[in-house]
Amino acid sequence: MFRNQYDTDVTTWSPAGRLFQVEYAMEAVKQGSAAIGLRSKTHVVLACVNKANSELSSHQKKIFKVDDHIGVAIAGLTADGRVLSRYMRSECINYSFTYESPLPVGRLVVQLADKAQVCTQRSWKRPFGVGLLVGGLDESGAHLYYNCPSGNYFEYQAFAIGSRSQAAKTYLERKFESFMGSSRDDLIKDALFAIKETLQGEKLKSSICTVAVLGVGEPFHILDQETVQQVINAHEIVEEEASAEQEAAAAADQDAPSADEAAPADQGIAPMDI
Amino acid sequence: MTKQHANWSPYDNNGGTCVAIAGADYCVIAADTRMSTGYNILTRDYSKICKLADKSLMASSGFQADVRALQKQLSARHLIYQHQHNKQMSCPAMAQLLSNTLYYKRFFPYYAFNVLGGLDTEGKGCVYTYDAVGSYERVGYSAQGSGATLITPFLDNQLKSPSPLLLPAKDAVTPLTEEEAVDLVKVVFASATERDIYTGDKLEIVILNANGIQCELMDLRKD
Repeated sequence: MFRNQYDTDVTTWSPAGRLFQVEYAMEAVKQGSAAIGLRSKTHVVLACVNKANSELSSHQKKIFKVDDHIGVAIAGLTADGRVLSRYMRSECINYSFTYESPLPVGRLVVQLADKAQVCTQRSWKRPFGVGLLVGGLDESGAHLYYNCPSGNYFEYQAFAIGSRSQAAKTYLERKFESFMGSSRDDLIKDALFAIKETLQGEKLKSSICTVAVLGVGEPFHILDQETVQQVINAHEIVEEEASAEQEAAAAADQDAPSADEAAPADQGIAPMDI
Repeated sequence: MTKQHANWSPYDNNGGTCVAIAGADYCVIAADTRMSTGYNILTRDYSKICKLADKSLMASSGFQADVRALQKQLSARHLIYQHQHNKQMSCPAMAQLLSNTLYYKRFFPYYAFNVLGGLDTEGKGCVYTYDAVGSYERVGYSAQGSGATLITPFLDNQLKSPSPLLLPAKDAVTPLTEEEAVDLVKVVFASATERDIYTGDKLEIVILNANGIQCELMDLRKD
């Protein structure tokens, strides 16, 4: 009710003690297409749904290699995500240069979070409109973190962000207890299953998703399409044909907010959101 | 009034010799492993060769602290390139980067005498030779360091590589086979070791060709 009065500036508190601009930024993350991450003791898998503006265009890059031992998947304003990825790469390179050893993930996510916090406390800035799933390896094993536009970050066993991520989260909540001991291939399979949940009827093909892996003895890399397709075929991760056409037509539309997300009434989809 | 001179120098010369020879489809880069200061030996086991990219190796003699800093700089820049372009830097590109990096410190130079070897975009061997401030040239073969003056005339005699200034432009690569080139390098270092006090201990040879990278270590005189 009073939201509109206190939401002009990021530096304005609401009477309830909230910063609405920051919360709106988190909304932007929910509008982006889904990205999920999961980890075992030794591996992290990041996967995302590829959404293209139209059939004619290529899809936006949502998974970035930050270093051999760190990768990131983003959801929300991908331009913001690209800039933050460049920052992360730069930090890793500088740390390696100075200390001749890889930047621990835990340190990187704190730096990222602090960078995001700055934008919530300056009147001439706006918060980053992107959520980052940072997967990384350090001496104590594999880790998965989620960095929020608010400047918060959390470590997760598995997580999903973006549109229709709740479906993926439900799947992950059922399975997560087994992830710690999972093999690398099982993790990839579970990632694809989770992605399938977000598609809600659309057929899962390797052309509409991207999967990346990193782990002990395995530097971060994005799996090529054939490999991903093989995993999909092997586990027959295909949605039933019933009402597939209807869902496919709806899914092909650019990032329409889904019914189960609490989306504010917007004029339309901002073109910068993928 | 005589000019005042510094009572301390930021530089030191750690000696050593580097050689590179380019072939039709390979490149041989070699350097001794002796690191010295003045008339003393610091270590007999120091590598002067650094892999900058899949197809670029750099061998540098001179002040090894500056050499190490230069290697780290180039490696970091290469990482950035890979992030931005999604591929490795080609040897000619690395050659230009090295030149720019050296000139950047034109007024407090890297005391490094470099020889860059690798395969160009067509898979042919290429060697680039530098001075301390980045002046460079693509050649068929080159030697740098304390033993260079002993080695270069002999390579000139053996390799008959045409000058790249000739018209029509001829390939700046030697007609030798890979085995012949490696043999030549061994012979040349053995000779340099005889007369140059700063060259010796071990010879590190790196061969770069379509199959990848091979390393070889050969003993040299330790005196």
